[in-house]
Amino acid sequence: MLATKAIADDLATAAPIKGRSLWADARARFFRNRAAVAGLVVLVLVTAFALIGPFIAPWNYEDIDWNVLGNVAEAGRPSLETGHWFGTDALGRDLFARTVQGTQVSLMVGVVGALISVIVGTLYGAIAGYYGGRLDNIMMRIVDVLMSIPYMFVLILLLVVFGRSMLMLFIGIGLISWLDMARIARGQTLTLRGKEFVEAAVATGVAPFRIILRHIIPNLLGVVIVYATLLVPSMIIYESFISFLGLGVQEPLTSWGALINDGAAEMNNGTLWMLLAPLFFFVVTLFGFFFVGDGLRDALDPKDR
Amino acid sequence: MSEPLLAVNDVSVTFNVMRHGAWPWTPPAKLQAVKEASITLEPGKTLGLVGESGSGKSTLARAIVGTVPVSAGQVLWRGEDIMAMSPAKRRAHGRHVQMVFQDPLAALNPRMTVGQVVAEPLVTHYPDLSKTEVRDKVGAMMERVGLLPALINRYPHEFSGGQCQRIGIARALITEPELVVCDEPVSALDVSVQAQVVNLLQDLQREMDLSLLFIAHDLSVVRHISHRIAVMYLGRIVEAASAADLIANPRHPYTKALIASVPIPSPKAERARHRPVLEGELPSPLAPPSGCVFRTRCPIARPGCAAEIPTVADIGDNHIVACPYHAEAGDPAAQQDLENTPM
Amino acid sequence: MALLDVTDLSVSFDTPDGKVHAVNGMNLSLDAGDSLAIVGESGSGKTQLAFAILGLLAKNGHARGSVRFQDQEILNLPEAKINKIRANEIAMIFQDPMTSLNPYMRVGDQMAEVLMLHKGTSKRAALDESAKMLDAVRIPDARSRLRMYPHEFSGGMRQRIMAAMALLCRPKLLIADEPTTALDVTVQNQIMELMADIQRDFGTALILITHDLAIVAGACAETLVMYGGQVMEIGTTDDVFEAPSHPYTLGLLNAVPRLDIPQASLQTIPGDPPDLTALPPGCPFSPRCPARHEPCALSMPPLEGFGDGRFRACHAAREDIA
Repeated sequence: MLATKAIADDLATAAPIKGRSLWADARARFFRNRAAVAGLVVLVLVTAFALIGPFIAPWNYEDIDWNVLGNVAEAGRPSLETGHWFGTDALGRDLFARTVQGTQVSLMVGVVGALISVIVGTLYGAIAGYYGGRLDNIMMRIVDVLMSIPYMFVLILLLVVFGRSMLMLFIGIGLISWLDMARIARGQTLTLRGKEFVEAAVATGVAPFRIILRHIIPNLLGVVIVYATLLVPSMIIYESFISFLGLGVQEPLTSWGALINDGAAEMNNGTLWMLLAPLFFFVVTLFGFFFVGDGLRDALDPKDR
Repeated sequence: MSEPLLAVNDVSVTFNVMRHGAWPWTPPAKLQAVKEASITLEPGKTLGLVGESGSGKSTLARAIVGTVPVSAGQVLWRGEDIMAMSPAKRRAHGRHVQMVFQDPLAALNPRMTVGQVVAEPLVTHYPDLSKTEVRDKVGAMMERVGLLPALINRYPHEFSGGQCQRIGIARALITEPELVVCDEPVSALDVSVQAQVVNLLQDLQREMDLSLLFIAHDLSVVRHISHRIAVMYLGRIVEAASAADLIANPRHPYTKALIASVPIPSPKAERARHRPVLEGELPSPLAPPSGCVFRTRCPIARPGCAAEIPTVADIGDNHIVACPYHAEAGDPAAQQDLENTPM
Repeated sequence: MALLDVTDLSVSFDTPDGKVHAVNGMNLSLDAGDSLAIVGESGSGKTQLAFAILGLLAKNGHARGSVRFQDQEILNLPEAKINKIRANEIAMIFQDPMTSLNPYMRVGDQMAEVLMLHKGTSKRAALDESAKMLDAVRIPDARSRLRMYPHEFSGGMRQRIMAAMALLCRPKLLIADEPTTALDVTVQNQIMELMADIQRDFGTALILITHDLAIVAGACAETLVMYGGQVMEIGTTDDVFEAPSHPYTLGLLNAVPRLDIPQASLQTIPGDPPDLTALPPGCPFSPRCPARHEPCALSMPPLEGFGDGRFRACHAAREDIA
């Protein structure tokens, strides 16, 4: 009995023990998932490519290599001597540098779109879901209306009227990306609102906005993060489609979609590298996001909450 | 007699329920979860609220705490109607009335540490306290409920059910409320842990002179911890008396049936008892029987029971019952058995 | 010949947090028509014991030892063989009737399916038999109820339907896993009466698994107390309740408030339920036991008989446990 009392005394005066949060658990589960880790590695590499690429490329993305013009199929091949590691495009510009630049644009579009979606959509949905009643009704009907507008047309109209620019692209992407997230956040909030710990906070007298910030949103983040990771690829695909239509970023800026468009146009001229280089990065990045998204969903499985 | 801490006067709580398969514009069905319930709570005493599913006890508890709006009647806290308070005042009222929930783990935000959970009410109502003061108070409260203060940075899922309930109790008591509403606080716990939590609640009540509203379906536990017990059936309070009096002299047929149904952990006692089984099913709360809600299952029901809702009669000794025929023989055999059960 | 003979049964699960030892070397024996209550709290292993017998363990669960039913070894039988025994010879009623009944099938169809599968009866005959069985469990309007869906019934009714389904093939053994936990006390009373009637009318042996000591007192002839995957004590219900021979049983009985005996405060068992991934080498109850001494944490006491069909697993002498 004395031994246990000594231990008890020690414990009573001991320093606080660090807890193992649910995020730490999820992180451990994520890293046990090989496919997810592989996806993460791919994404890190692609991001490194986009960041470091401009510093190591011998050519920049808009200069035309006059030696290659006129003979692109032969001289524009990928080679280490000419410094055109990925070859050149139809206008003689270095494809490596252009791919790097395209990667920057596409990743930015994807990430910014996802960020806007997360911040705006989550707050909007959480507020609608928490307050419920008429406010919820109005807010969600607004979402419904906005969703039913055919965005392709609006975006194309915006781009045609205001000209093609990065800013326009972000505005357009931002306008649509938060809608789905708002719906999802609202649905989750409705579920959370019925949980006892939220009821406890209400009974305690915590102000509504604090409840949303401290109780609702942290418990939404699991679903939100997973959805956001899967949202990035759809933003990229969206942007690529617009670029493919010729309405995306302005030359000489480029994106994967634009590069793929250009490459596809030249496909039959024996210059497959123009298509393959951007396509490779496009596909590999999308797969990366999908695996990471899947891995996150498994890691954050609510069953274990 | 001093003013009661809490007076519930003829409170009714009605919910709108969408009819099954109806068009969106049809008026919703009305679910009367609580009908004209009246109870009072004295300072420093425990009122047990007993009833089965559909009895409305949980809804009444929430109406008292204020998380569910009251459709009729008043809930008076020291004479003041809580429904008439402004939202800000009602939130401040949370300092005086707190709640302990049934599912110990679900009642805690999984993303907050124990320290943050217990500190929240303190920080909400006393925002001027310094961080050290808060931490000290949280540590002291944790010790009082039997948790090691060193565990302050742990997360709820790292604790057992019994420990989670202690955390919930710590959270409820940190602002030193006058009333704590306990909604089935021990039903989800193992037997050995139940006893720990029940003892803890009793000790804390004595130390802090708390008023407790203890809601449960387990009559044995309610009888153990309560000074006074009220029995609910389908939204109505059918009987209320001091705990000893209710068990020794139940008057309402439902109370008698309830007491008869409670199993006793003693084979000898069980054999010596005569336990009539209460037949029938609970009627749907959406379509309650007319007149007395218990008449469809009542062993002494008669034609008159369908006509009028029975008035609540005071039969002396602070014992109230809602049955005009409570003085009938009913089933004295069962009552005798409980009293004569050999120990 | 005993109806069911369990020898040295152990069940463990592989989880990312380590190996969970749910049941450790259990022994029990049941004759035809007997009624046995297995009492234990969460983590005692009582449900996993039942699952192991019927081959219902989760994929990451492993069972070792021997389970003989009517002198035939049934532990870890291949799916096809154990299927013939399920429902036919050994039937089970689960805790939550809502999740054990298929919400998308009519009640009659679910019941008929059992008969059609095991006895090869025609659909019509199966429905007739089902209606009869619903009658036997006192569900009014049995015939018309066959066409209803589970969600249209109350909890108590659903549990009766489960019982009826379990009895269709006239099994020799009925295992009821916490059949009344989700039910109100008046309905619980009804269901326990039903269990008693079933035993009497059909002569089925009953294993009642529960944490509720009170319902055991009036329901079963024998009681087995489990803790941390081990048997602590076995005996007739009268003996176990009136003269418990194990500190855990005594602790449990003292911790339960009784309606007929007012108490000032309840005697508790200090501590928390056991961590099944890290059980002590000795008796799993030793960390919480008031009668704990030297050998308890080091070696598991063997289950020893003393007196009429009574067994206990405890290092402390019987006189010392109070």
